[in-house]
Order: sequence, then C-alpha cells, then structure tokens
Amino acid sequence: MSAIDAAAGPRLRRRGRRADDVAGLGRVRAGVFVAPALALIGLFLVFPAVWTIYLGMTNYRLTGLAAANPEFVGLDNFASALTDDAFWHSLWLTLIFVLVSGVIGQTLLGFSIAWALRHVRGWAKSVIETLVLAAWVVPASVASFLWLALLDRRTGTLNALLGTEGTAWLIEYPMVSIIVFNVWVGTAFSMLLFSSALAAVPPSQMESARMVGAGSWQQLRDVVLPNIRGHILTNTLLITLWTFNTFTPYLLTAGGPRDESSILAVYIYTTAIPGGQLGMGAAISLIMLGINLVIALGYLRVARAASGGSK
Amino acid sequence: MTGEPLLPQAADAPGPRTAAPPPSLGRRMVRHYLSRVLFVVAMGLVLAFFALPMLWLVTAPFDADPSLTVGWPDWTLANFARIAENRYALGSLRNSLVLGLGTMALVLTLGSLAAYALSRVRIPGRDGLLYALLLLSSIVTGTAAMVPTFQLITQIGLINTQIGVILVLAGGVLPTVIFILKDFMDSIPKSYEESARLYGASPLQILTHVVVPTARPGLAFVAVWTVVQVWGNFLVPFLLLRTPESQPAAVLMYTFYTEGGQPDLRLLSAFSLVFSVPVIAMYFLVNRRYGFRFHGGIKS
Repeated sequence: MSAIDAAAGPRLRRRGRRADDVAGLGRVRAGVFVAPALALIGLFLVFPAVWTIYLGMTNYRLTGLAAANPEFVGLDNFASALTDDAFWHSLWLTLIFVLVSGVIGQTLLGFSIAWALRHVRGWAKSVIETLVLAAWVVPASVASFLWLALLDRRTGTLNALLGTEGTAWLIEYPMVSIIVFNVWVGTAFSMLLFSSALAAVPPSQMESARMVGAGSWQQLRDVVLPNIRGHILTNTLLITLWTFNTFTPYLLTAGGPRDESSILAVYIYTTAIPGGQLGMGAAISLIMLGINLVIALGYLRVARAASGGSK
Repeated sequence: MTGEPLLPQAADAPGPRTAAPPPSLGRRMVRHYLSRVLFVVAMGLVLAFFALPMLWLVTAPFDADPSLTVGWPDWTLANFARIAENRYALGSLRNSLVLGLGTMALVLTLGSLAAYALSRVRIPGRDGLLYALLLLSSIVTGTAAMVPTFQLITQIGLINTQIGVILVLAGGVLPTVIFILKDFMDSIPKSYEESARLYGASPLQILTHVVVPTARPGLAFVAVWTVVQVWGNFLVPFLLLRTPESQPAAVLMYTFYTEGGQPDLRLLSAFSLVFSVPVIAMYFLVNRRYGFRFHGGIKS
C-alpha cells in the first residue's frame, strides 16, 4: 500500500502541478510576478518592524545634536521604559481600555444585539443594524467630533438631556469617555460576526432543546454557546488586537488631561513625535509589536484549528 | 438580554421548584408582557445610544445657525458653500481622492500579479509565505510601527509627499489584498486559460485578457475596500503630511476643531457630511453586493 503510494506520489504531484500552471508561467516568471509586491511589503512593512529593534537601541531624537549623530545606547531605552512609572501607567490604562471597551463592551453588546434581533424582521432590525454599522464606517475624525459635540461642557447634547450642565465629561471622566466611544465605534464587527454565527446554529438542536422545555437562558448556555465557541474566540482575539492598536482615542482626548487617558498607542506618539524622543518611542513600539505578535499567533492558531476541524 | 418569550412551555422541568404550584395563566401573561416591554426598552436604549451622536451629523449641516446641541434645523443649504470658500477644504478632499485612488491602483496591480502567480504556480515555500504575510499584516500596524515609518519616510525624502503616504498605506494593505485575491483566483476555472494558451497567448496576455475579466468581482471588491480603508485613515497622513496643502480630509477635519479657537460649525458640519457620505455609500454597496466576509477583518 505504502509502496504504491510512494511510487505514484511524485508522478501525481508533478501532473497536478502542471495542471495548476495552466498559463505556462513557470517558476521564474511566477517569481517575477510576485517580486514587486514582496518588495513593497518588505520595504514598508517588514523593514520598519525590523528597524524598530535598532532604533530602540539608539538615543535618536527628532531635533538637536542626537538627531544628526545618534548614539548606540544598547538596552538603556528598554531599561528606562521598564522603570518609568508613566510607561506602566500607560500599559495599565491600555489593559483597562482593551478589556472593558473591547473584550467586554463590544463583544457583549454586539452579541446581545445579534441575539435579540435574530428572529426580528422588518424595519426595526434594519434601522438598528444600519445605525450600528454607520458608527463603524464613519471616518474616525468625524466620529470623534460627533462625540466631542455630544459631550461638550457648555452646549453638548448629553448635558442638555441629562440636565447636568457644565459637566466636562472628557476632563472629569476621560477613560470612561474613550471606552464608551470605542464601544460605539466598534460594536458593529461583533454584531455582524455573531449574527452570522447564530444563523449557522443547527435549528434542530434549538428545536430539541425547546421540546425538553429549556428556557431562553438554558438554550443560550447549552446549545448556542457550545456551537459558536470558535466564533467567540476569533472575535475576542481580533477585537483585542484592534482595540490595542487603535489610535482614535487620541482625537478625543489627546491622552489628557495630563496622562489620564494616554493608552499605549497615544503614549508612543506623544513620546516620539511631539516629545521628540524617537529612540525611546521605538523601544516602546517594539514592546507593542511583541504583544501584537503574541495575540496574532494566538489568533492564527485558533483560525487554523477551526478550519482544520471543519474539514 | 431578555430573549423572545418561548412558545407555550411544557410543564416546568422537574427540580426542587416543582413543589410550587405551576404559574397561573394570568401570571404567565404578566411575565410575557413584562419581558416584551423589557425587550422593547432595551432595544430602545441601544437605538438611542447609536443614534444620539449620529443625529448631529444629519441635522447640523442643514441648520442656518448650527450649535453643538442637536435640534430641529432651520433648513438651509448655505453651509455647503462654506466648503468652497475655505482655503484648504476642497483641496483636502482632492488629496483624499489622490491617496485613495493611488493606493488602490498600486495595490490592485501588484496584488493581482502576485495573487495570480501564487494561485497558479506552486512556488517553493508558498504556504509559509502566505502565513507569514497574514501574520505580518496583523502585527505591524500603523500604530505599532509609527516611529520607524516616520523615520524611514524622512530619510528617503518622501515626508510631506502623497507618494510617501501611498507607499506606506499600500505596504500595509497588500498582504490582505493578496490573500483575498488569491482566494478569488483559486475559484476561477482554469479551462479558459488553457484554451487561451493553446491559441498561443503569452502569460501576460492571458492575465490581462482572460484572468482579469473573470476575476472582476474580486478586483472590484478589493478596489472599494482599499479606498474605504485609505479614505478614513488618520494616523499615517497625520504623521507624514505636515503642511495643510498636502493633508487629506481626515487630517484637515481634525485641525478644523483643534486649531484656532472656536471652530466654524457651519463649515465643520457640512464638511464632515460631505467627507463621510462617499465611504458610507461605498460600504453599503459592498455589503449589499458581496455580503459580510471574513478576510482578516473588513475594516483596519
């Protein structure tokens, strides 16, 4: 059996290859076709990432003496970042931001909307879905101005509605503001993902759960959640990655007041560009890239396991 | 969340609670209506949460004297004339268009060449390459790589140029584009190319005359997707374009409300609507025609 396989293997594979390459490209020309794209990706995506390692070990500055003649300082930047309270404060804020606005807020609200609307048809469903989607699609700089207008201290709509004239939401509650804002912006993704996941739950299973008298809550726990476990994982990892990397809160609070809403993305920007410490900024970027790598590897593992399992 | 009330329930599940008498018809009715009311209230709150900030965008541009408070507008279209009067507004929309179309053209050309070769020829290490590309594009985000990107573009003298922004944005979306396009090309039957080859067409001719026309839905999807990505992107142009003449609408919009005292709300409101409508329209078009798909995420 295995001998036959071994004998037939190469021949089959070669025929398969020839049948694949119907245009007669050949490997060399295929390489030429792929090369420009790879060059662009290499130069503007891979190289910056690798260069971060070197830049993070220099005292590069935007202006002044160290801008012309940067010195190699080894791991000094990392050491001073890791001993700097501002860095840990920023990392802590990022953790809260990702957990509360992404993992909890967007996922729960998105799932709840998808679950609540799963049997609803007609205008109510499309109005809600369209609004949630619109919040996602509107350009970030417009979305943040809409929230600046809503939360304005003197003439904001929120203060007018709640009768809390004079409350400066963005200054008194900066973290709460950017968290709620991010939930508003990003819920659409979870809603879309979960409504397609819920549509794929086998109706027969729901039916039999209902036959034995399971309530909504029991159906959710015993039938739905086990069925969409893969989707929940995918959603959580992607949302974590995106929320971790979003720069949009900068448009709302610019990290302030003081550093109270300075999540890592904003912290890197203020350190490197207005602060001028490019080397230091690069060192923190490298830490951020490392965290991204861990999340993305987790995501790809889950995605592979899911596609391998369904085949 | 309170879900739909169930159809007439069978007797209560056996358990410690069975000792209590089954709820009377009246009680069940009350519970039914109560959960119905709760459901409507919850949906109302969701609706209010998403609609409230959005209301300003649809009322203020048409109000003769817009304030930050949402209110019934004193209808006018005069605000839109302000866009033409502003020194930078129209230019910024043009810049956005240049960035969007430029990135799209670059990405479509390079992406379809690469995707086609990867789809039809088994280049050694292809699967590893695709895996690495996918991984890279999700790790090296504009945020995490802003410092080296800024430094790189400064060093090669492309700071304050549209081409610098286009190159960086194209590098960022190309892996995803190659992925999507390879998917599309894998699903195209190979018999057309085979017969074209029998008639003596060269590979490049086959690509332009046979593959591109058949892959058109995929290319259209990628084109719209790329423009939507670039149109709303704030960080990359904000980093790399420092003069108001070169900035796209996303960045100019931000300077409208952060620089120079009281913002001009007539200009701001009209401008944000004009700036938002194209992406909203394109997005819903794509969503309607191609549905919601997962290609490592539709938006950033």
